[in-house]
Amino acid sequence: MREKRIRVLIAKPGLDGHDRGAKVVARALRDAGMEVIYTGLHQTPEQVVEAALQEDVDVVGLSILSGAHMTLVPRVRELLRENQAGEIPVLVGGIIPEEDARELKEKGYADAIFTPGSSLEAIVACVRDLAGSK
Amino acid sequence: MRQLVQELLQGNRRALARLISLVENDDKRKAEVLPELYRHTGKAYVIGITGSPGSGKSSLVDRLLESVRRDELTAGVIAVDPSSPFTGGAILGDRIRMQEHALDPGVFIRSMGTRGNLGGLSRATREAIQIFDAFGMDLVMVETVGVGQSEVDIVKYADTTVVVLTPAGGDSVQTIKAGIMEIGDIFVVNKADYPGTERTVAELNAMLDMKGAEDWRAPVLPTVAVRGEGVDRLWEAVLRHRELLESSGRLQAVRRERARQELADQLEHLVKSWIWEKIRARVPYEEMVEKIMARSMDPYSGAYRLLEEIDFPLPQ
Ligand SMILES: Nc1nc2c(ncn2[C@@H]2O[C@H](COP(=O)(O)OP(=O)(O)OP(=O)(O)O)[C@@H](O)[C@H]2O)c(=O)[nH]1
Ligand SMILES: [Mg+2]
Repeated sequence: MREKRIRVLIAKPGLDGHDRGAKVVARALRDAGMEVIYTGLHQTPEQVVEAALQEDVDVVGLSILSGAHMTLVPRVRELLRENQAGEIPVLVGGIIPEEDARELKEKGYADAIFTPGSSLEAIVACVRDLAGSK
Repeated sequence: MRQLVQELLQGNRRALARLISLVENDDKRKAEVLPELYRHTGKAYVIGITGSPGSGKSSLVDRLLESVRRDELTAGVIAVDPSSPFTGGAILGDRIRMQEHALDPGVFIRSMGTRGNLGGLSRATREAIQIFDAFGMDLVMVETVGVGQSEVDIVKYADTTVVVLTPAGGDSVQTIKAGIMEIGDIFVVNKADYPGTERTVAELNAMLDMKGAEDWRAPVLPTVAVRGEGVDRLWEAVLRHRELLESSGRLQAVRRERARQELADQLEHLVKSWIWEKIRARVPYEEMVEKIMARSMDPYSGAYRLLEEIDFPLPQ
């Protein structure tokens, strides 16, 4: 019998070319039994959201190292809402200063934020949590 | 569910995504949906793309979509990747190479894990094809995991099957698994920018010539997917094959066989689920297993005994 599986989009919006971190997280999520849709580098927010909709994911994970998180994350959330998918939780990983993280969360753009050094266990648990709350 | 079906038929992409999830999860509610959808199917043309891992299937699909869109056709893509047999998890990475049409409203790409169906093209894939079909896509392209049973399974659902190979390098084409030569309607030698392409094409042609005369001789086409080279010819070959199937009446024959198969599969599926439900509810199955282990019972008589206990009307 097949069963419901958590589906997660791991996307790298923006211009930075480092996806090692994103891949490590993708593998950890796979090893936790999830299906990870990995879309590669240099995605526009439009591409991220379209992929999230087509793949009907439970959680969107954004890896952002370029420093452009204050424009990219709100844009992704806005586009999700425009597509009647505002309820999909967004998790952000990357180099995000504390005050930016607070703002992104307070304004409802991001549901969770992880900075470098976060444990994979914590990220996996958080994704599972977010997927359950959808 | 009714509403979701209505939305799908009206072209709502969110409903399309949701319905595919429904069949992927083998959700019970799909039993309300699929019968409803079926009469809207049968219009889409299904193209299967198979071949060994990394041979360039996704890159080719991406380029083929260009030709498809140029001809003003719409397409659904199902990209299947293997799930881990241990955790059931998967990394579905085919989209990485399918970015050209990421925002094209005439294209819809869906990644699927094989989940329980190790190697096999699962029931969910077949049902997803039907959903795309009912949605109104002109074409459905299915990229399968290029190993094992799925390579052969794809023929059951695809009208045209494209087998993607790469230049064999030092190896001879003779080492290609026999089954593969049987299923291809079109052979592609991708990565034709690598040495050995001409030899591989020639060897494939020689092998295909040995198959003897048929109304369709599978062409062997070199491509360089990353540069789009040879893709126009591939698309032309697909169209020619389709034309032949349609004009010769073979498409009808193929689809009749598919209908027969679907009915048989569904019948077996229903009977099997019914039996297991009854047995789980009424019979101490594990006790029987222990008896067989102890050799005080054998599995042959055991099966009969179980069916008797659930009042299955076995012929005498
Ligand atoms: N040199 C060369 N590389 C190619 C060509 N086509 C694809 N590739 C590369 O081959 C690799 C695999 O391509 P994919 O399109 O992902 O292959 P695939 O068959 O879909 O792979 P799986 O889905 O993982 O089985 C990528 O790095 C492509 O860029 C080609 O014609 N020439
Ligand atoms: Mg692929």
